[in-house]
Amino acid sequence: MAWEPSEPSAPEALVQARGLTKRFGSFVAVDGIDFDVRRGEVFGFLGPNGAGKTSTMRMISCVSPPTEGELSVLHLDPRRDGPAIRARIGVVPQEDNLDTELSVWDNFIVYGRYFGLPRTVLRERAEDLLGFARLTDRRDARVDPLSGGMKRRLTIARALINDPELVLLDEPTTGLDPQARHLLWDRLFGLKRRGVTLIITTHYMDEAEQLCDRLVVMDEGRIVDEGSPRQLIARHVTPEVVELRFAEPAEQDDAAGAAAEACERMEVLADRLLLYTHDADATHKALANRAVEPLTELTRRATLEDVFLALTGRTLDE
Amino acid sequence: MTRAVLRALERELLVFARTWRGSAFSAFVQPILFLAAMGLGLGGLVDEGVGAGGQLDYLEFVAPGLLAAHALMATAGEALWGVMGGVKWMGQFSGMVATPMTPGDVYGGLVLSAGVRAGLAAVAFLVVAAVLGGVASLWAPLAVVAAVLLAMVTTAGLAAWSVRRQDDLTFSLIMRLGVIPLFLFSGTFFPVEQLPDVLEPVVVLSPLWHGVEVARDATTGAIDGWTAVHAAVLVALVLVVLPIGMRGFERRLTP
Repeated sequence: MAWEPSEPSAPEALVQARGLTKRFGSFVAVDGIDFDVRRGEVFGFLGPNGAGKTSTMRMISCVSPPTEGELSVLHLDPRRDGPAIRARIGVVPQEDNLDTELSVWDNFIVYGRYFGLPRTVLRERAEDLLGFARLTDRRDARVDPLSGGMKRRLTIARALINDPELVLLDEPTTGLDPQARHLLWDRLFGLKRRGVTLIITTHYMDEAEQLCDRLVVMDEGRIVDEGSPRQLIARHVTPEVVELRFAEPAEQDDAAGAAAEACERMEVLADRLLLYTHDADATHKALANRAVEPLTELTRRATLEDVFLALTGRTLDE
Repeated sequence: MTRAVLRALERELLVFARTWRGSAFSAFVQPILFLAAMGLGLGGLVDEGVGAGGQLDYLEFVAPGLLAAHALMATAGEALWGVMGGVKWMGQFSGMVATPMTPGDVYGGLVLSAGVRAGLAAVAFLVVAAVLGGVASLWAPLAVVAAVLLAMVTTAGLAAWSVRRQDDLTFSLIMRLGVIPLFLFSGTFFPVEQLPDVLEPVVVLSPLWHGVEVARDATTGAIDGWTAVHAAVLVALVLVVLPIGMRGFERRLTP
């Protein structure tokens, strides 16, 4: 699907890509994408694994040169000004890459030294960031035995040691339990309030909805649509969804025809039917009238998961 | 490579400072045990027999050999498995190049820190060797240079290899078929004249042999033009290998 940037390139665009392409040999990881990231917003790349999100992030963070197309980051050219750009951004990779044999404190200092920052400045910032990461009482602990959530918070806090204008977070909460995720989201909101621009990738639709002001949906190296979570949902799906599960696949097949008449649009998945509707009550009634009797009948509001399904015909975790 | 290479060195030395207790045995104690066993134990037998290096007693002969050999042995593992850890298992090197540092800085920092660590170990070894009577000349501190250069050659070369690998399958093979034979047959424990005649010229290909020659010239006070030639060979090796390793680090860390 062709997609045009929603606005002409505004001067406040911190990151701007036109026809951005990354190939590894004959494999096309990113296939000519256009996007603008504006100052102060949380911008998301939503898509399943292998959609090209990480490759895009690596190009923005100037550790992977674009194969083709234009890219500007902080109004500089990543091909030429890599170190200057990297000095002003923070990068949180998908996998924590802490110095696990060092203490929490040493991790801040060592990482800060990579930016050539003086130790006096680093000590002050590290003290702040310990609080930000809620690791003050672990300051002298070795990193290795810390929990996954603590390591993740440390990785994020460490990426802020150079006081970056732009922070890139690749799958920030993958592998964390719900409590740790919520704490992390809270920290990320805190960053946004400080005026830091955030770019995140995620394959969790709830994360994208919670955090992103604007996002692009990626699939197979391309951008399939762009907008705020609310806009995307309004554009592609109805506000409500009724999910029907059946005891047997055969029962689902039998009921599909009648169910389709009870809603505006229907998606058939392997294990359930998704009925898109503006009025869930009316849909429930229509189902009862048609004697459709599923094992469970669940009403929920539409999410970005539904948007992705509508755009690509596949679910995010496929 | 930029000036930031010194920040990479700083990181390596901090990690060393925080973890040296774990590696202290292999870094400092092991070579001294070798010195005691070979120099004093075996040396007693050798000196009663034919003698090893003409007028030298065996302890004086083997001490510089062990000093140089240790610089190779102690750095090889770090350059193989340590680099695989940094690029893949733990990923710290990817974190480093997400900052203004370049892949060349990371690589250069590894090479420099290997030199520093080998230098420290060599100083400790020399002191013990001197106390035991294995050092005959005041030129001996120059032997530290041999250890530093050898560690840098070893790290530059093996890291250039390991950074291009996807797994560590070949690493033990390199240790068994590359590093250990070098350790045994580079004039470390016996003069290369004892090797079969066909193998004797081959020894010029061994970086360790050049290092052993520099170290032995230093500790026995036999410094001459050849000492400089051997040292120059080691410097040249570092300079030849560095660009190959830099390209490997660039391709791996910034693909």
